[in-house]
Amino acid sequence: MTSVQTIDWLAIAPPLLVAVVAVLVLVVDAFTVGTRWRAAGAVSLAGLLVAGVLAVPLVGERRETFCLPAEAGSACSFVVDELTLAFWFVVLLGTAATVLLSAVGSIDERVPTGEHHFLLLCSAAGALSIAAARDLATLVIALELVSLPAFALVGLKRGDRRSAEAALKFFLVSVVATAVMLYGISLVYGTTGTMHLQGIQEALAEGVEASAVLAVGVVLTLFGLLFKVAAVPLHGWVPDTYVGAPPAVAAYLSVVSKAAGLVGLLVILSQGVGEYGEVWGPILAVVAALTMTVGNVLAIRQRHAVRLLAWSSVAQSGFMLAPMAIVADPRAEVSSAAVDAVFVYLLIYAVVNLGAFAVVAAMARHRPAGAIADYQGLVRRSPWAGVGLAFALLCLAGLPPGVIGLFAKLVVFQAVVDGGLGWLAVVMAVNVAIGLAYYVRWIAVVLGPVGDDAEAPVVHPAVGTAIGATLAAAVALSAAPSVVLGLLG
Amino acid sequence: MGWLLPVLVATPAAGALLLALWPRADADRVGPLVGVVVSAAAALVSVVAAVVAWGREGMRLESEAAWIPSLDVWWRAGVDGISLPLVLLTTLLTLLCMVALLRGEGPGLGSERSLVALLLLLETGVIGTFVALDLVLFFVFFEIVLVPMWFVIAIWGDPKDPAGRRRAATTFLLLTVIGSALMLVGFLLVHTYAGSFDMLELAANGGLGMSTQVQLLAAVAIGLGFAVKAPMWPLHIWLPDAHAKAPTVGSVLLAGVLLKMGTYGFVRIWVPIVPEGARALAPYLACLAAVGIVYGSLACLAQTDLKRLVAYSSVGHMGFVLLGIATLTPVGLNGALVANIAHGLITGLLFFLAGALKDRHGSAELATIGRGLYARSPRLAAILAVAAIASLGLPGLAGFWGEMLTLLGAFDPAAGLPRGVFLACMVAGGVGAVVTAAYFVHVVRRVCQGEPSELDLAEERPQAEASTRELATWSPLVGLTVLLGLAPGLLLAVTDPAVQVLLGAGS
Repeated sequence: MTSVQTIDWLAIAPPLLVAVVAVLVLVVDAFTVGTRWRAAGAVSLAGLLVAGVLAVPLVGERRETFCLPAEAGSACSFVVDELTLAFWFVVLLGTAATVLLSAVGSIDERVPTGEHHFLLLCSAAGALSIAAARDLATLVIALELVSLPAFALVGLKRGDRRSAEAALKFFLVSVVATAVMLYGISLVYGTTGTMHLQGIQEALAEGVEASAVLAVGVVLTLFGLLFKVAAVPLHGWVPDTYVGAPPAVAAYLSVVSKAAGLVGLLVILSQGVGEYGEVWGPILAVVAALTMTVGNVLAIRQRHAVRLLAWSSVAQSGFMLAPMAIVADPRAEVSSAAVDAVFVYLLIYAVVNLGAFAVVAAMARHRPAGAIADYQGLVRRSPWAGVGLAFALLCLAGLPPGVIGLFAKLVVFQAVVDGGLGWLAVVMAVNVAIGLAYYVRWIAVVLGPVGDDAEAPVVHPAVGTAIGATLAAAVALSAAPSVVLGLLG
Repeated sequence: MGWLLPVLVATPAAGALLLALWPRADADRVGPLVGVVVSAAAALVSVVAAVVAWGREGMRLESEAAWIPSLDVWWRAGVDGISLPLVLLTTLLTLLCMVALLRGEGPGLGSERSLVALLLLLETGVIGTFVALDLVLFFVFFEIVLVPMWFVIAIWGDPKDPAGRRRAATTFLLLTVIGSALMLVGFLLVHTYAGSFDMLELAANGGLGMSTQVQLLAAVAIGLGFAVKAPMWPLHIWLPDAHAKAPTVGSVLLAGVLLKMGTYGFVRIWVPIVPEGARALAPYLACLAAVGIVYGSLACLAQTDLKRLVAYSSVGHMGFVLLGIATLTPVGLNGALVANIAHGLITGLLFFLAGALKDRHGSAELATIGRGLYARSPRLAAILAVAAIASLGLPGLAGFWGEMLTLLGAFDPAAGLPRGVFLACMVAGGVGAVVTAAYFVHVVRRVCQGEPSELDLAEERPQAEASTRELATWSPLVGLTVLLGLAPGLLLAVTDPAVQVLLGAGS
């Protein structure tokens, strides 16, 4: 083990660059006065763009680095493959949108701009790393890199007690989940003798002595990741945290942070502990069913825009977890379809959910209380914001003309039916209807007649760009769904 | 001529888009006019399609193109004798609705542009459903109608009851979506085992690749989706409220064409694609259909509101259609298809009339409308009488043939089905028909005949006779009702070859 490893710098370039730019933003911010968001935002966006460009040469090949020597099994800790690149795309996209939405929080000067962007990019670097992590230690570190800056992001609003409370709640639940996860990892390590997913997979295939201990270890390991994706029963932190955080951070948590948890789950399940599918498969199926049902049922009662989106994002997590239950199906085409279904759903959800949050961010400046009633007649007060929100909600509900949302649901349904989980498909069908109940109510408010408040919200150009871009993407994908669905199979 | 159906589906959607982008100032004034022009164009295209395809064997005007290859989803469209009459009915009723909107249908509707655009979007969805030959494409079109209909009821519905119309719209939407999501599960189950979404190929294979158990599961899931839409008792609970609260044009399209999407789905998908499942479930469908007939007619007895009365009579009429389908015989299916069209014409007309009366009197309550309509507005009353008598199934009018054929089908159901059950259903259907007849006769006596009281003739009561525009809207429906009543062979000549193909492939 004395030999110095060669590092594939190109493979680790995107996360590395984002981390470097994070520091750069802090420096730039210290030396700028006046329009602070513009400088920090521009540097952040440029960094994310370059990171995306650096990922382009990696398309179509599999790059591995930080590998064990051949005599120790040559398992690698950092692998860039199709799955990694796909999630990098979502993370970069989501973070860029978050930077645009951050313009609003920075304007009222209560969120320190430089620190905000520094923390955001650090967290994004973690999300990029987790998609490439192929051993449990790297995975946990990357996961913590996502989470720790996120706590600070939530609590960064100066002098806002609700924000501080939200951050504390988020932090406490997260710490518990991480502790449980580490305990699970120690059990897995103890029984298999390795941290690398490849090694664990091989050990499982050969069979281990203390298989019951290992099974417990596997389930506890999944715990920490289920917290990230806000699965029931680890969903309690979501509404308060989202409401307490600035809208941009809530958008980040609901898309990028959730994507990090999802890809971690996908990697562990499909490349590590697939052998124990009969243990965690049914558990995940039940968790998925509970998550979508609880999220949807609790969303119905909400009168607060962010709180409603928070519960809706819990419910949407349930739809993304559903195909996870069958990613270890012995039939290769079923399991790869399930992985694809999770990704396609996540990508579409990311676009439309960011669209919804962008409008909420614009409205948050206009009416800080954030009640759904404040959106009365929005389409007549600010047509683009109104249409953007209505279309995003239709896509989230999965009804035409939001065709792309319908196909996202269809892909997940197909994976679940092909995997033989008919009961879960029925639960999903009922949940589609429950979800529709609250989305359509909000849509009716947005498209309805103008109420007492006839004033048009002032939309910051950056936020307007985010609204326009997400709306354009959602409409274009609805017109030509094969663009994104062509990624399948 | 493969381009004809894509053009037919796209025409109303293009009209809706045009209206959405129309410059603001005069949009509400030109809205209905654009609606008439666009729906007339769609009607014209559908007539051309009919001229090409009428009475020919098999699928006509087929078009095919890959849509989402990775999901095995294709644009596949075509018409045959089963779908063509329904397409014509759709374009006709939409056109009539647009004409009805021309001079403002009643007071205080407002934002006609949006209403017209939504109705055109609805038309696209319905026509698309009738011509789609790919299960996923069918599903997408099936779902397109939901959001527009929700808005039509929730925003332009009963102006006196905002909470009620919203509740009615949401109930309609949620129940239908649960049904259609389950239907999607059924479609995917079919795809998992039979390996295709191509409706023609699946129908030709007649359940190949699917075990009886899979077919049964798929038939339950798919059947539930259609049963909510049709609606079948006890899943009809959304219907009376939706009809009572919807604006006139909403009621007309809901009863006239939206319900048909459910029964059409039964005929086009449920019977041929999961034949063993359908065979196993047919007796249950027949029983529920018979309960629906009796229930619908008994519920009519308890109604004092003309719109609710027509809505419940719809439950009964659709019960006949479902009973015909459940027999799985050519006679029964032909009866179902004829009853479908007849119901669209007659109930569409009845809802136009009920809406006209509601606009005049502010309520569709029989007591508010008063007595002696023959004396007060003779033409309106005469047409109401014709529609009511057609609805109760008098021979010589369109309503008779469908019901007679379905009962005939139930008398001799397909081999292997329990005949005793079907005989019982037939008797129940006959009883239901008699009760409905009794009630419609009562309505005619109660509203049209009798001496108008002094109150009815009082100065402040609206006595408006049917306007020329209204007569123009109603007379095509009256004419077709009479025509189909006198010459049902015109329609049967189109449906029968298609039905024979459909059942021949299944067995």
